[in-house]
Amino acid sequence: MEAISSPLAGSLIVAVFWLVIAALGLAPAHNAAFTRRFAFPLGALAGLVLAAFGLQAVWLPAQTLTLPLGLPDLPFHLRVDPLAGFFLMLLGSVSAGISVYAAGYFRAEPSGRLALINLQYHVFLASMAFVLLADDAYLFMVAWETMALSSYFLVITDHKLPAIRSAGFLYLLIAHLGAIAILLCFGVLHGGRGDYSFEALRAAQLQPAWATAAFLLAFFGFGAKAGMIPLHAWLPEAHPAAPSPVSALMSGIMIKTAIYGMVRVIFDLIGNVRWEWGMVVLAIGAATTLFGVLYALMQHDLKRLLAYHSVENIGIILLGLGMSMVFIGFGHPAAGVLGLIAGLYHTLNHAVFKGLLFLGAGSILHSTGMRNLNDMGGLVHSMPKTAFYFLIGALAISALPPLNGFVSEWLTFQAALQAPLLQNGVVRSLLPLFAATLALAGALTAMCFVKVYGIAFLGRPREPTHRTPVPHGGDASGMERYGMAWLAAGCFVLGLFPTSFLLMLNRIGVSLTGQGLSEQALESSWLWLVPTAAEEASYSPVIFLVVIVAVTALAFLLVRRFYHGRLRFADPWDCGFPEQTSRMQDTADAFGQPIRHVFGPLYRMQRDLPGPDDPAPRYFLKIEDHHWYWLYLPVARAAEFVSSKIALLQHGRISIYLLYSFLTLIALLVFVR
Amino acid sequence: MNNFPGIAFQILQSVFVVLAAPLLVGWVNQCRAWLQNRSAPSLLLPYWTLAKLFHKDAVMARDASPLFRLTPYILFGCMWLAAGIVPVLATDLPFAPAADIIALVGVFALARVFSALAAMDIGTSFGGLGARREMLIGFLAEPAMLMTLFTAAFISGSTQLTTIVDTLAHREFTLYPSLAFAAVAFLMVLLAENARIPIDNPTTHLELTMVHEAMILEYSARHLALIEWAVAIKLFAYVTIGIALFAPWGIAEAGDWSALPVAFAALAVKLALAGAGLALIETVLAKLRLFLAPEFLSTAFLLAVLGMLTHFLVRG
Repeated sequence: MEAISSPLAGSLIVAVFWLVIAALGLAPAHNAAFTRRFAFPLGALAGLVLAAFGLQAVWLPAQTLTLPLGLPDLPFHLRVDPLAGFFLMLLGSVSAGISVYAAGYFRAEPSGRLALINLQYHVFLASMAFVLLADDAYLFMVAWETMALSSYFLVITDHKLPAIRSAGFLYLLIAHLGAIAILLCFGVLHGGRGDYSFEALRAAQLQPAWATAAFLLAFFGFGAKAGMIPLHAWLPEAHPAAPSPVSALMSGIMIKTAIYGMVRVIFDLIGNVRWEWGMVVLAIGAATTLFGVLYALMQHDLKRLLAYHSVENIGIILLGLGMSMVFIGFGHPAAGVLGLIAGLYHTLNHAVFKGLLFLGAGSILHSTGMRNLNDMGGLVHSMPKTAFYFLIGALAISALPPLNGFVSEWLTFQAALQAPLLQNGVVRSLLPLFAATLALAGALTAMCFVKVYGIAFLGRPREPTHRTPVPHGGDASGMERYGMAWLAAGCFVLGLFPTSFLLMLNRIGVSLTGQGLSEQALESSWLWLVPTAAEEASYSPVIFLVVIVAVTALAFLLVRRFYHGRLRFADPWDCGFPEQTSRMQDTADAFGQPIRHVFGPLYRMQRDLPGPDDPAPRYFLKIEDHHWYWLYLPVARAAEFVSSKIALLQHGRISIYLLYSFLTLIALLVFVR
Repeated sequence: MNNFPGIAFQILQSVFVVLAAPLLVGWVNQCRAWLQNRSAPSLLLPYWTLAKLFHKDAVMARDASPLFRLTPYILFGCMWLAAGIVPVLATDLPFAPAADIIALVGVFALARVFSALAAMDIGTSFGGLGARREMLIGFLAEPAMLMTLFTAAFISGSTQLTTIVDTLAHREFTLYPSLAFAAVAFLMVLLAENARIPIDNPTTHLELTMVHEAMILEYSARHLALIEWAVAIKLFAYVTIGIALFAPWGIAEAGDWSALPVAFAALAVKLALAGAGLALIETVLAKLRLFLAPEFLSTAFLLAVLGMLTHFLVRG
């Protein structure tokens, strides 16, 4: 009994249970009700159980287990430590909300397709759990590839559309480039000695040059999955292509497994973190942050926009991790742990609010059939509940107090403010500049979500230019709302009670670096978030919320008490021009116009302004990513060129192939002897 | 936290700020009228305007959502909260540790986001235009503001506004070059964030130039009064933050009640000077084109960064 209730065995059972659900969904393939009523809700329940086990694991010492599966002499090693426990909790709790939502979202799917979605969905969840549980490179890579493949099949659910097939291909391609880098990284760590268990990799002593090589391979390998630039190109293609719960799963959780991998390999397996590595992470993180939000501002497809925000948030997480590495590299583990906590806290926060936002986008898509912001408007009247949850997500991602996004950005700022500790003058003055990047990105995110919310939910309905048949047109269904409510509650809990999470994340810092935050930080009460010392910085979201609600209510009551509540309704002021239509409202493209003006050179823009005499004026604007033209297309052309040259070897005649074998044999005999 | 006089003082101070804020607006208007050779309106005119607006019946567009009706109260609440954090008369504010300077910037951002959302709620073209411009100015001003505050935070080793002011008020009177840079940057941010000339003109209703006014075009009566009041509190809060960071002398310390009259007199003098200065700036400068705002604010940002680097270089 004891073994079953231990976090490791419990998590393993949950992962296997997900696999069982996946398989069971296939059996009554003609019964869609089974999948909807049982498979997804049971999967959500399993997620909650997993979250509980993960939470438990954070507070316990590491546990290991060896499963006699896999290849002969290569058993699967499993291990759960505070870091894995934290990510298991993230996976379990966020997927619970998404699975509940999925039970409502897939109500119109035909049973055969639904059975397949159920299979891939739960295999995807289980493979992510195995990525987190793996304690050897072999199981890790198996789980990693299962995760990539199952999510690939989910992305191409609507595989009849060519755009979705090509998005899936791009995703698979970049995922595999990343996987190769990760594999090579394990190879470097292994160095031809011992076995591939993480225990052995951890113990290996590397030359500094090899350690740096391993760091770069791990950073770019996992970065490809996380969506950091310049390897982000798949993300804005693949996330919108997938059904919305899957987008939420990929954006909320899957790209976080890459963050897990980075922390696991760089902080744990390679160890002896160098500050130069931290500067690389910071530079790429800052570029990713700014680039992600600037491109998000240019999107008018809601899901693409959210995908670019995932790029941005990965950058913010990298800023936290990079600061952590810089501080640890200079020998300040307490400040380093603060940076690590900031990064990991943002990982959890982003999972929650981005999951929520993707679910909201899914409800809009279901209800109106629209993804283009320029067609939407006034949805707050037709879908008030979705509008409410979406507002919470939008405020959270905009890093506004007292919600959760603010807490992790606050912690990142606090980490940057530890800069005076550093010995190197250049690094010391660069660190606050990275914080300034974060401030700029935060303010731009707020602008972007004012645009999204203002255009989609507020205002008046715009005439849709191309309208697909509307499925039902009402608000989100019950299950969809429960899923969103769960994640919205998460935004509040994470925003209002950060101290308990701070203590939890501190355990991870202790287990990875051997040190934690200062005594004073750990002794503060649940009400106060204190990262270093009370006189240096503190923040109390609960008091903040109470005061703001109290004074707002007081203002309301005072106005009502001393004056009156009389209200008349009238038409909006027409500015002296009575023929106003709802088409004259700002569009998503118009809202981004100041950004295009200020940051013009960063975009590849094609614009066609109609002349004043044009009888049928049509404004045309196309924004593309420079990376396509500067990086991806040249690489693709080079790859095509090389393969066309290699193709010269292929003639399809057996005699020529025999000649090749003969020549190879001769060459080998000459060289090897 | 058993600090009853502190809590009482905290509440009194925030109420004082809320009540005194329109006076500063009245004073700036009066000074500007003098400088422009006009006969000045009464110092109390903002109060009469507020009273008039509160008495009127509110008119609201038919399509307005609950967000639109709630926003004036949220704005007022945010600014009231900000007024509670900033040390105006004394640094003994038991509530201040709940929100440091980063959270203070967060409060202003929260207010900005809500007012922009409310502006887009009715679906007129002016609302969207104002919201877009306001967010443009906001995202440019916010990093500059944070960099300015970080410079002060590095000097005092704390992000608590009360601790910063305590530290800065007790240094000997030497000119910190880093603070000089930061002060100029802060002044530029103040002008932009409070919709003053040269970024915005609080007295205009010309569609080509208005930013803040375009956002609140659909509001009337008590809602408009609350917004105008919140704007006045915001200006007051910004000016007092500036005073607290760059000229904190005379502010009363924790528990030192006898210093309050001096602090009060010092504050009145400093506010009068600051208001006159604002009026002077608004008289001698013209409004910039909207697309010169990024240049204006990136100058502010660069100055703030320079200030921070100067601090690291010369430790002062």
